[in-house]
Amino acid sequence: MQPFTTLQAVAVPLAVANIDTDQILPARFLKKPRSAGYGNFLFHDERRRSEAVPLDEPAYAGAGILVTDRNFGCGSSREGAVYALVDGGIRCVIAPSFGDIFASNAAKNGLLTVTLPEEAVAALRTRLAAEPGAAVTVDLPAQTVTDPDGAAVPFEIDPFKKRCLVEGLDDVALTLEHADAIAAYEARAAAETPWRVPATVG
Amino acid sequence: MTPQPRTLLDKVWDAHVMATRPDGQALLAIDRHLLHEGSFHAFGMLDHAGRPIRRPDLTFAVADHYVPSRDRQGPIPDPEIANMVSTLARNAGRHGIRHFGLDDRAQGIVHVLAPEQGLTLPGLTIVCGDSHTSTHGAFGALGFGIGATEVAHVLATQALWQRRPKTLRVGIDGVLDPHVTAKDVILAIIAVIGAGGAVGHVLEYAGSAIRGLSMEGRLTICNMSIEAGARAGMIAPDDTTFAFLEGRPYAPAGAMFDEAVAAWRQLPSDAGARFDREVTLDASAIAPTVTWGTSPETALPVTERVPDPGAESDPTKAGQMRAMLDYMGLTPGMPLESVAIDRVFIGSCTNSRIEDLRAAAGVLRGQKALVPGLVVPGSGPVRRQAESEGLDQVFREAGLEWGEPGCSMCVGINGDLVPAGERCASTTNRNFPGRQGPNARTHLMSPAMAAAAAVTGRLTDIRRLGSR
Repeated sequence: MQPFTTLQAVAVPLAVANIDTDQILPARFLKKPRSAGYGNFLFHDERRRSEAVPLDEPAYAGAGILVTDRNFGCGSSREGAVYALVDGGIRCVIAPSFGDIFASNAAKNGLLTVTLPEEAVAALRTRLAAEPGAAVTVDLPAQTVTDPDGAAVPFEIDPFKKRCLVEGLDDVALTLEHADAIAAYEARAAAETPWRVPATVG
Repeated sequence: MTPQPRTLLDKVWDAHVMATRPDGQALLAIDRHLLHEGSFHAFGMLDHAGRPIRRPDLTFAVADHYVPSRDRQGPIPDPEIANMVSTLARNAGRHGIRHFGLDDRAQGIVHVLAPEQGLTLPGLTIVCGDSHTSTHGAFGALGFGIGATEVAHVLATQALWQRRPKTLRVGIDGVLDPHVTAKDVILAIIAVIGAGGAVGHVLEYAGSAIRGLSMEGRLTICNMSIEAGARAGMIAPDDTTFAFLEGRPYAPAGAMFDEAVAAWRQLPSDAGARFDREVTLDASAIAPTVTWGTSPETALPVTERVPDPGAESDPTKAGQMRAMLDYMGLTPGMPLESVAIDRVFIGSCTNSRIEDLRAAAGVLRGQKALVPGLVVPGSGPVRRQAESEGLDQVFREAGLEWGEPGCSMCVGINGDLVPAGERCASTTNRNFPGRQGPNARTHLMSPAMAAAAAVTGRLTDIRRLGSR
């Protein structure tokens, strides 16, 4: 996983609430191998259909940040939605709230989700819409978002998620350090609650 | 010292914590890991890291997302789709995982199959790389959807790091109108909470209206918890739950079943247990419900009119409403019952169980559908049960197609698509733009309401049409 520290990039305002993962990655692309690169599938249908998704405007070429509305990434658990964003050059999404599964998938792929109050996000969108192509700076170690005028807003983030993003850590390796605890738990559960194990079927 | 009263979630959670990190995240033991064709990314990650699967005996693979709804005699014509189905079989085979494939009589949608086979039990933790894993909470299990990296993590460790979610109790007391179903209830709940209103929470559905529901109805309710933003929804297990489970293939049997029931009876939330939030609805006030927009939160009683963005004071919200109306091809102020449909779909992990098919057939018996439509049972057992009751004949005589079990037109990736611009009355869970096909328009509703729409060619109040 690519570590995330500081990012200064063109930011695209998307004034749409409840952007779901079907919009980010239409389901028909889910069967593509990861090696195919998911960037071409990012908002494949919405960017062609909706003026509210202006990713193809020249001013937003090379964009690295999305500034959107509440409940971004709701719906399907498809991690491909995160692959499409990351492969499409987006390393950070700023919104008032995120779908839980999406936010979890994002952190595991080096995509930073920044949660800010609704008014702060709306103000940032308005500022960006007034100057298409303006850049925003996201500093993860310092936990700040800086708008094109240099005004910085602090954000909260789960400390472990932050560490994983900054260091690009592998979750499974960390969990396997608890292998003894897992084995002990499994032995106890099998003895105390044998009904939890599926019955043997012929 | 009196023990602190605990919620259903607390009890399931506490019983599965294997370790706790200083930051408060818990390493949760996973009792059941369900896989479908989308798991190929996760197997790829394991192969890449050279890691074995820790508990293949707790892992079950089900072909559902890409399986054909029609004609299973020959090979799947589309090579990419065929590859998805065969890759799952291959990955399951080489790791010794029980695989419910196309040739298996139990095959079906993973969230229909697992309860039916007795894999879903009260008090378990159940995960799957599918957001509708919330379905399994109907049994008092903690079931939630995970992404591909987490699927790989569970395959390798049979565990997941999670932060304890907040709790939101949804209390629904009173008596439902005979034509109001679990689907109408959950749509009404989502309209109140909002599509993102339960983010970070587990919902617990409670109250006399919930207690009165069958397991099928409870599964429908918990299934759509994710459409309110909740990763999981739960209902306390009771005698309805235990009666459903007894004798299921993978459920405990004999003395072990009795031992399990004794444990399951301890699961319901204690009196005085504290929830972070609480919402209440009056069951008698819930009407047959449909959605008008491209988010499940846009649910309204079918007797209402299409809302007017001009009446919305927030300009951002008004703009979003206009975009939804534009996509859906609707005019503000038009009665919902005047909206003409092009097609119906009855199926999906939300509404493809036997009770759903009986409700739809009850409306369609002796009637002709004015529009084409597809009925897809949730599993092989549901399909055979429906056929033994003659329901397939009712659907066929009405002019609808009768399919083979799978996800089908809910997500369209097996090729069952709603054509662009067409409007579908659908018993599914998501009306997102493009969900049932590029530029397809989806109205969510109950099976009886979808059947009524098929009969009249319009969104229709089932109470007006009645069951015949």
